[in-house]
Amino acid sequence: MNRRNRILVPVFLLVALVAVAGCKKKQPLPQAPPPPPVAAVAPTAQLTATPTVISAGDQVQLSWRTTDATTVSIDGIGDVPSSGVKTVTPTASTTYHLVARGEGGSADASARVTVNAPPAVVVPTNTMSAEEEFKANVQDIFFDYDTYDVRADAQSTLAKDASYLVSHPNVKVVIGGYCDERGSNEYNLALGQNRADAAKNALVTAGVATTRIRVVSYGKEKPFCSESTEECWQQNRRGGLTMDR
Amino acid sequence: MKGLLRLLPLCLLSLVYVSTAQLAAQDWVHTGTNLGNTRIRLAAADFKPVGDDAQTPALKAVFDATLYSDLSNGGIFDLVSKSLAPQAMPGAPQEMVMGQWSAAPANAAMVAFGALSANGGRLSVYGWLFDTRNPGNPQVLSKQYNEAASEDMARTVAHRFADEIIYRLGGGINGIAETKIYFVSSRSGSKEIWAMDYDGQNQHQVTHLGAISLSPRVSPDNSRVAFASLGKEGWAIRMYSLELGRMVSFPGGSAGGSNLTPAWSSDGTKIAFSSSRSGDPEIWVANANGGDLHRLTTFRGPDVAPVWNPRTNSQLAWVSGRTKLPQIYVMDQDGANIQRMTDSGYAVSPSWAPNGGLLAFSWNRKYGPGDPGGQDIYVFEIASMHWLQVTHESGSNDYPSWAPDGRHIVFQRTVGKFAQIWTMLADGTDQHQLTRTGDNSMPNWSWK
Repeated sequence: MNRRNRILVPVFLLVALVAVAGCKKKQPLPQAPPPPPVAAVAPTAQLTATPTVISAGDQVQLSWRTTDATTVSIDGIGDVPSSGVKTVTPTASTTYHLVARGEGGSADASARVTVNAPPAVVVPTNTMSAEEEFKANVQDIFFDYDTYDVRADAQSTLAKDASYLVSHPNVKVVIGGYCDERGSNEYNLALGQNRADAAKNALVTAGVATTRIRVVSYGKEKPFCSESTEECWQQNRRGGLTMDR
Repeated sequence: MKGLLRLLPLCLLSLVYVSTAQLAAQDWVHTGTNLGNTRIRLAAADFKPVGDDAQTPALKAVFDATLYSDLSNGGIFDLVSKSLAPQAMPGAPQEMVMGQWSAAPANAAMVAFGALSANGGRLSVYGWLFDTRNPGNPQVLSKQYNEAASEDMARTVAHRFADEIIYRLGGGINGIAETKIYFVSSRSGSKEIWAMDYDGQNQHQVTHLGAISLSPRVSPDNSRVAFASLGKEGWAIRMYSLELGRMVSFPGGSAGGSNLTPAWSSDGTKIAFSSSRSGDPEIWVANANGGDLHRLTTFRGPDVAPVWNPRTNSQLAWVSGRTKLPQIYVMDQDGANIQRMTDSGYAVSPSWAPNGGLLAFSWNRKYGPGDPGGQDIYVFEIASMHWLQVTHESGSNDYPSWAPDGRHIVFQRTVGKFAQIWTMLADGTDQHQLTRTGDNSMPNWSWK
């Protein structure tokens, strides 16, 4: 009996150790400590522009946030609320400068937007501008892992895509089905086909003629990025819409 | 702690289950002669160079190395290493002293030997196989070859002689030394179809389309290669004639959308493939000329990578995403009697063994977000539903393809960014890397 215990106890302990180590749930990370109280009431200001590099005619979203300010102004725009979002269309490279004044002093922030001039010598043909207009109005959609269901965010994107296409009946579109790097090339080509077809069906349902839509699955053959991260994988799980010429 | 104790028996039970399943599996994958005997101890003597033609030494070196490598790769011999073999080069039966070979350290039960000579641009080879345990009547095999004197032909003659020996001693199954492997390589800048000898020699480009070409499948008579290629209207099944050296038409293979993963029936009369022409990727069958199309599957979701049961051509295995992650299924050739073969994970790329009883496929049993798992080659016995994992913990493994002898499997292994092509015996032993330049994938072993 004693002998058997001498064998059984270590075995049990070992198994228990494996079980504890192997099955234990991860503890949630400790909460970040609260920020230390600020004694002075000097204003703070943040200003960001998205994107920071555009082509002439494209839109930029300015968003700002200030604290402890009584008046906030942006050069060239004038007085603005203490925080907010505004869409601007700069025609040349611009530095947006925000000043926040309050009882504790003033703070400022700036954001630079670089505007690339359209190619100078190239004759501005209709296809060029049509393509740019297409890009500005028709967005790609993204899929969850190993699925071809159109997500809620993709449905609203496709609704906008479809309204542009309906109002531009001469524009044709090619939908590329893309997958992330994981899994088999062959299976991903079939999955990419399902993704592209799902996007096509949504456009057709929204009134775009099926003859205007071409569908090609690229599977994982033509990725947008090649890092092995969830961020990159999401970029590659895509229904990509481009103008068909 | 109480909860943990309650879980403990489950943990233990699953451990026991996994290990017994694997133990039970290991005794049914045979790579030897399937005759139940141990591997035959075989020696391959260096061939005797005859004459003083300047070409002879180089051809002899290629011949000796190829014969040794073929017999070593055969999977049925315990080959005497060169360092243990006698120095003798018997060039004819009367020069053969069998005691030298049957004694320690060689201990050979069989000896392959012969003579080789080049003369006026011709290569002449005489080869014998002797049984050292039957001194009264030792000759098992006697062969004579006469070909153009080139290194290619020296290799070919060595392959033929090796295949004769393997056929004679290996239970009547043809050797594979003259078979080819078709694959995809991006060495030229775009993914094209390439071919090589079974041992990785003679790698050469087959197609020059400048598009992305994938999934090569050679016809059973070695006359054509079917593959999928990307064009403006999507993926089409295309056909390259190895006899004519150019593309030939396959009318049913293009219909817009994705036409993928062709598969020849073993009688060469039919091609199954995946097509989205009905609005969803399904398995279709055409005759070998691309006519007489009909659809086999009707279920929403990806259906791809069909393969025929080569013994009967009455069933197909394929990959379906009908329950989300891809799994291996089997159906009758009319689309009826669908059976799911894998129960979990991510299972793709089935290849049906020549005997009809085994499927090889690529399986990631722990597939899922945040759970990287390992993608390995498995061999699955259909009758018993037993499986055996044959690659372990090296890279990501996919696209197994059986050799016609049913003993070997070629597959793709990716370590880092590049895939390369490897062969192994069907139990996972004796792995050899065949490609080393660029990215090489989707191997397909010829039928003969």
